[in-house]
Amino acid sequence: MEGFTPVSGLVGGLLIGVAVALLLLLNGRIAGISGIVAGVLGGFRGGVGGWQAAFALGLLIGALGYGVLAGGVPVEVPASVPVMVVAGLLVGFGARLGSGCTSGHGVCGLARLSVRSVVATAVFMGTAFATVFIVRHVL
Amino acid sequence: MFRIAALFCGVLFGAGLAVSGMINPEKVLGFLDLAGNWDPTLAFVMGGALLVALPAFQLVLRRERPVLAPRFDLPTKRKVDARLVVGSAVFGVGWGLGGFCPGPAVAALVSGKGAVIAFVLAMFAGMALHSLVFEREGLAGSPAAIRGQGHGDG
Repeated sequence: MEGFTPVSGLVGGLLIGVAVALLLLLNGRIAGISGIVAGVLGGFRGGVGGWQAAFALGLLIGALGYGVLAGGVPVEVPASVPVMVVAGLLVGFGARLGSGCTSGHGVCGLARLSVRSVVATAVFMGTAFATVFIVRHVL
Repeated sequence: MFRIAALFCGVLFGAGLAVSGMINPEKVLGFLDLAGNWDPTLAFVMGGALLVALPAFQLVLRRERPVLAPRFDLPTKRKVDARLVVGSAVFGVGWGLGGFCPGPAVAALVSGKGAVIAFVLAMFAGMALHSLVFEREGLAGSPAAIRGQGHGDG
């Protein structure tokens, strides 16, 4: 934890913004990662096959590439493996049930001015803030 | 071309996650911990993304069609329903517990850490469970599920 990093945060955010805008302009798709991951899991059927896998591979290449250039990027896991497994189950199930996650609703949905995405983003931000408060300051 | 474009967008997205530090769940939790030593970085990341995406989406969606596909494939749902609210609430709890949402979790696999792999496998299981419960044909079934259509928002 190096604390508040507004410049790298903004630069990274701009890159993400360019990525989602390009995917819409070129492929006409929404860069919702939970939908993309589900597409990869589903075996790339439907439409133009395999684009989700290509995007997911790109995520890995992008992170790895920056890691090499920057001499590594920190990934500090905040909880024990069993807790991370529970978290993963909730994230996977919840993102599908709610039709999206931080990228699909929080970036693309807000950029489309979608009311559903505004509500979704407010709800998951709220329960995430509450969860962290309970875990770190109550339990 | 379509797949190459998707790969390229993925690379940019993954690099953005790594540059911004959002690949690190501890840093994400620093944002989500309002009562602790609050780190507002995540707001700058979303802000930066929206700074580009908001005007770009408005411009792009005026087009007849995307560059590499016959039509835009956009969410069709309009109504705020219970599934949206409950699903988002559940997602937020998981996000708050682990500090990972799907994009950063996949990107963080490059760390090779067991706990990250465990999270991602559990996330797959959670998605598969959703398919089993809510899509009669299961994971490999309905094309709608595969394309993320009818699921709407991405």
